[in-house]
Amino acid sequence: MQSVLNQLYFSDRYNELLDASGQARPHWQALVAQLEAEEPTAMRKRIEAVQRQIRDNGVTYNVYADTHGVQRPWDLDVLPLIIPQDEWQHIAASVAQRATLLNRVLLDVYGEQQLLLSGQLPPALIYGHSGFLPSCVGIPHYDNIALHSYAVDLARAPNGQWWVVSDRTQGPTGAGYALENRTIISSAFPELFRDLNIERLSGFFASMRDSLAHWGHRVAANQAQTVPGISALGQGEPPLVVILTPGPYNETYHEQSFLAGYLGYPLVQGSDLTVRNGVVWLKTIAGLKPVHAILRRIDDDYCDPLELNADSLLGVAGLTQAARLGNVLIANALGANVLQSGALLGFLPGLCQSLLGEALRMPSVATWWCGEPAALEYVIQNLDHLVIKPAYTQGHASPVFAEDLNATQKEALIAKLRAQPDHYIAQEQVDISHAPVLTTHQHQPQLGSLAVSLRVYAFATPNGYAILPGGLSRVASGKDARVVTMQRGGTSKDTWVLSHDSQPPFSLLRKTTSSQDLVRENAYLSSRMAENLFWYGRYSVRNLQKAIMLRATIRALVEYTPESRAGEWSTMQGLCQWFELLPSPKDEEELANWQPWTDDDIEPLLVQAVFSQQSSSLATSVQQLFQQAFNLRERISNDHWRTVNTLSRQFITRHQHASLQDALAHIEQAINHFVTLTGFAMDWMTRDLGWRFMSLGRRIERLQFMCVLLSRALGMPQHSNLEWLLQATNNLVTYRARYAAQPEWLPVLDLLLMDGNNPNSVVFQIKGLVKYLEEMDAQDNAGGISTALNDCWQTLLQLDPDQCFAPGNGTLAEWLNHTYEVTLTLSDRLSARFFSYASPLVSPGY
Amino acid sequence: MRYQVEHQTHYSYDLPVIQSQQMVHMMPRQTPYQQCVSYTLACEPSPAEQSRRLDFFGNHTDYLTMLVPHQSLEVTSRFQVEVLPRPTISALAQSPAWELVQAMLKSEGTQYLEAAPFIYTTARVKCSEALANYALTCFTPQRPLLEAAMALTQKIHAEFEFDAQATDVSTPLDEVLKGRRGVCQDFAHLMLGALRSLGLPCRYVSGYILTHPPPGQPRLVGADASHAWVSVYCPMYGWVDFDPTNNCLVQQDHITVAWGRDFGDVSPMRGVVLGGGAQQLKVSVTVTPLDYAMA
Repeated sequence: MQSVLNQLYFSDRYNELLDASGQARPHWQALVAQLEAEEPTAMRKRIEAVQRQIRDNGVTYNVYADTHGVQRPWDLDVLPLIIPQDEWQHIAASVAQRATLLNRVLLDVYGEQQLLLSGQLPPALIYGHSGFLPSCVGIPHYDNIALHSYAVDLARAPNGQWWVVSDRTQGPTGAGYALENRTIISSAFPELFRDLNIERLSGFFASMRDSLAHWGHRVAANQAQTVPGISALGQGEPPLVVILTPGPYNETYHEQSFLAGYLGYPLVQGSDLTVRNGVVWLKTIAGLKPVHAILRRIDDDYCDPLELNADSLLGVAGLTQAARLGNVLIANALGANVLQSGALLGFLPGLCQSLLGEALRMPSVATWWCGEPAALEYVIQNLDHLVIKPAYTQGHASPVFAEDLNATQKEALIAKLRAQPDHYIAQEQVDISHAPVLTTHQHQPQLGSLAVSLRVYAFATPNGYAILPGGLSRVASGKDARVVTMQRGGTSKDTWVLSHDSQPPFSLLRKTTSSQDLVRENAYLSSRMAENLFWYGRYSVRNLQKAIMLRATIRALVEYTPESRAGEWSTMQGLCQWFELLPSPKDEEELANWQPWTDDDIEPLLVQAVFSQQSSSLATSVQQLFQQAFNLRERISNDHWRTVNTLSRQFITRHQHASLQDALAHIEQAINHFVTLTGFAMDWMTRDLGWRFMSLGRRIERLQFMCVLLSRALGMPQHSNLEWLLQATNNLVTYRARYAAQPEWLPVLDLLLMDGNNPNSVVFQIKGLVKYLEEMDAQDNAGGISTALNDCWQTLLQLDPDQCFAPGNGTLAEWLNHTYEVTLTLSDRLSARFFSYASPLVSPGY
Repeated sequence: MRYQVEHQTHYSYDLPVIQSQQMVHMMPRQTPYQQCVSYTLACEPSPAEQSRRLDFFGNHTDYLTMLVPHQSLEVTSRFQVEVLPRPTISALAQSPAWELVQAMLKSEGTQYLEAAPFIYTTARVKCSEALANYALTCFTPQRPLLEAAMALTQKIHAEFEFDAQATDVSTPLDEVLKGRRGVCQDFAHLMLGALRSLGLPCRYVSGYILTHPPPGQPRLVGADASHAWVSVYCPMYGWVDFDPTNNCLVQQDHITVAWGRDFGDVSPMRGVVLGGGAQQLKVSVTVTPLDYAMA
C-alpha cells in the first residue's frame, strides 16, 4: 500500500510529523503504522465516531456572533499532536518558570511596586493597562501566590524551537476541553493509547484540587479566627470551593460545567453568592454557607459591582473586601488581567534575570511594544513582516497583518500607531509549524497539514507549579489560516506527551483513607440549582404530557369520524389550547366570532403544534427543556445529557412540508426519549436534596395537568369515549388489564383519582408531594408548607365514588379546581422559601 | 478658613430593600492646604457592618452594609475642616513649557511615579484626537504648563453652559464636547480628557465649594452641591488645582474630599442593593463658613 505520507507536501515550515528527508519522525511512527495498516473505511469510521461522540456528549463552544444560536459543536481532529518526552520536559520547565516569574511580577505590581520604582517596568505598562485595578493594591495572598491558574500559547518556529505567543492570566480556558478531547481520542485509538505510554491528565487535576483544598483550609482557619460566628472546619470537612461562572451564554460555559462536575465543585453565578461580615457565602436551600475558594471564570473587573466595574451584573458585591481580609481565595487573584499584555513580553528576559536569577528558558515571539520610541520606529520601518495587535486587551480584537493592507490603509495604521503608540504591539509574523490532520473528502479519509499552536496549562501548588502534561492543541482551519483561534473557527486536537514509564490507570478520585472521608450527601445545594432542578422536573413532565396529548388528538382526528368523536373532540382541542399547542381567541371580540375548526382547518394546526419554531409548539418546548438541562449540566450524567441532546437535535431541524404522519412519527420518537429521561430521573439520580426538588417539580406538574384534564373531562357528555382520557394519562394498559369492557366513568375516575398504587393517579402525586413537604417542614422549617395539600388529600379520601365519580358532578369539579389552585400557591411558596436569590441593583453613584 | 459641611444622601425605594452595600467617599483628605478637624458619618437604618480604609489614591473609603429591610436610606456626613491659603497664579508663573512636561513624563516616567497613574485613558475619560485639538488651542508652542492650563480653564468656562438637565453620570465625553453643556463633573472630565490627550498628568478632585448667597440674603441650608475640579501635575510645583466650572485657580473656597483618575474612583456614594425596584435620589449639601471665635 502506498504510504499515506505521500499525501503530505513540504514547505519551509517545521513539520510536526515529517523530518527533513520526508520520513516520519520517531515519535510519530507508531501512529503512522496504524494509519497505513488500516483500510480507508476503518479510518473513516474512526472520524465519524469522534464526531458522533462530540455531538452526543454535547461538547460545545458558544460563539457570540453565531447566527445558529448559542451553541456550536466543538471541533476535534482525530489525530493527536504527539510530543516526545525530552521535548516536553523542556516545555514543562519553561512554562513553570514563566508562571513563577509572572506571579512575582503580579505580586510586585499590586504590592511593593519595586519594578516600577527601579525602572524595570515602565509605568505605562501598568497604569496604561485597563486591567490594572487600583482597588486590588495591597490584597494579601496565601503563600505569595496570586497567579494560581496560568496558560500559555506556544508555537514552533521553522528551526524547531518552541516560542511563546501569548500569556493567559485572567481565567485561562480550555483545560476542560483538553480533558474531554482526551476521553474521546483515547477511545478512538485504544490500543495505540495503551502501548505508547502517554502521560495521563488526571494527576494535574488532582493536584489542582489538593492545592485549592490546602488554601481553602488556610482561609477557613482565618475565617474562624477573625469572624465571629464562624467555627473551624470539622475533622475531615472539606473547604467549600466553587467555580464562578458568567452563566450559560458564556463561550466556554460547557467547559465550566464539565470541570465543575469533574472536580466536584458547585458551579455558581454571582447571584448565588453574597458577602456579609467580609465573608463570601453561598446561598443554599439550607441557608448561607461560607465559601473558602473561588475558581473564577468571570473577568476580574466584572467580579465586584461595588468596588470594581459598576456595570457588572455578574459579580458579587463586596468580593474585593473579602479578598482583602483574607477571607476568600480567588484564583486568579483580582487584578491578574494586568499581566495579559503583549507589551510585557519584551521585558520578561530582563525581569527573569533580576527576579529569579536565571535566564528565561523559552523565548517569546519577537515582539515590539510601540510605547518605546525606538521600537515604534522599527515597527513602522518593517511593517510588512509584522502583525499589529492591541497591547493590553487580548480579547476579541483581530490582529492586523500589515502585508494585507494597501498603501492608504498602511498610512492610516501608521497614524494610529503614532497617535497612541502605548496601545499597540507588533509581533514578527512567524511561519508556525504544521501538524497532520485527518479529514474526509468525498467519503475518503485524507491526510493534510495545518498550522498548529499548543496551549499549555499550569496550576500553582504550595511547592511550585504543576503542569498539565498535554494541553489544548489547535489548528487553523478557519478562514484565515494564519490565525489559530477557536473563536474564529478552529479545530482542536488532543495532545499526547510520550512517557518513558508506563502510566498508572486513570483516576481522579484519590483513595479514601478513612470512613470519615466518606461523603453520603452533596453538602451544598445552591438555591439556584434547587430551582433549576425543580423546573427541569416540571418541564420534563410537561413535555411528555404535551406529546401524549398531541398524539391522542392526532389519532382521534385520523382514526375517528367527526360524528364518532363528537363527545370528546372539543375537550381534547381545549386541552391542546391550554397547553398553547393550538391557538386560542386573544380577546372578547375574537371569542365572539370564534368558529369551530373543521378537520381540514385543524390538520395543519396540529402539524404546526409539533414542528413550529416560532409559536408555542412541542419543538419550542423541547428547546426549553434543553435549556433547563443545560443549566444543570454538571448535575446530570453524560448518558442523561446525551438523551436530552439527541431529543433537542430531533426538533431543531426545520420540517417544511411535514405531514400528519411525520408529526405522529416525531411524537412517538420524542415520547421514547421522554420516557428514557423519566427512567434517568427515577433510577439514575441519587435521591438527595436536589432530586427531591426535581421530584416536587415533576409531581406538581403532573397533578396540575390531571386536575385540569379531569375537570374539563367532567364537562363531557355521559356517553363520550373515555379511551383518550386513559391514553392521555398513560393508564390504558392498566385499565384493560382490569376491565374487559369499554371504559366507563366510575372505574376510569377511580383509576385516575384514587388508586394509590398507580403512579399515574392523582392520589399518587399528592401522597408523594405531602411526604416530601412534610420532610421539608421537619428538616428545613418550611413553615407548614404541606398543610394545604394534606387537606386536599383528606377531602379526596372522603368523597363517595358512587356519588361523585360521574360527569357533571359539582363536588368533584370543585375539588379539582381547588387542588389546582393549591398547587399554584405551593409553587410560589417553594420559590419564596428556597429559591430566592434576587439579582442586585447597582447604583454607580452620583 | 474653617468650614462646616453637611452632606446628606437620601434614597427612597418603591419596594423594600433587603440588603444594601454602600461605598462612601465623603471624609475629607488631609493635605498640605487642608486639615480635617472632625468627621462623622451617620446612616439610617443603622448599618449591620461598617468599616473604613485608605484606598490606592489615599482617599478615606467608608463601607456600609444594611441588612434590615428598608424603603429609605439616609447617609449623612458632617465634618469641620480648616482650609489654608494656596499659592496664587502669580506665585506659579515659572512653570516649564508644557511640551517639556509631556516629554519628561514620556521618557522618564519612573522619575514621576506619583503622576503616572493619571496620564492614561480611563473608562469615563477617553482620550481622543478631538480632545487633543481642543486643548491645543490653549497649549500653544512653548507656553508654560500652568498658564496654558489656566487658559483651558477659562476656555471651558466660556464655551460651555452649566445645565444640570443636559447630562447624567453616564454621558460620554464626546457628547459633552459636542453639546457644550453639562455640570461640574462633565467639565472636569472634559478638561482631564483634553490634558491627557496631550500626555499631561491630571487628576479628578471631588469636594465642595463655598457659594456666596446674593447680598443681604441668608445662606440656604442644603442649597449647595458636591463639586468637582481638576488638579494638574507640574514637576516644579506639584499638583495645582483648576476649577473650570468657576473659571478659577482653586484657593480657599474649595474643600477637597478625594481624588482619583476620574469620577469612578471617588464617587461620593455608590452601592448595590437587593430588592428595591425603582429608586429616587435626593442629595443636599450645606457648606457653612465658621467664625474662628465660634469654633
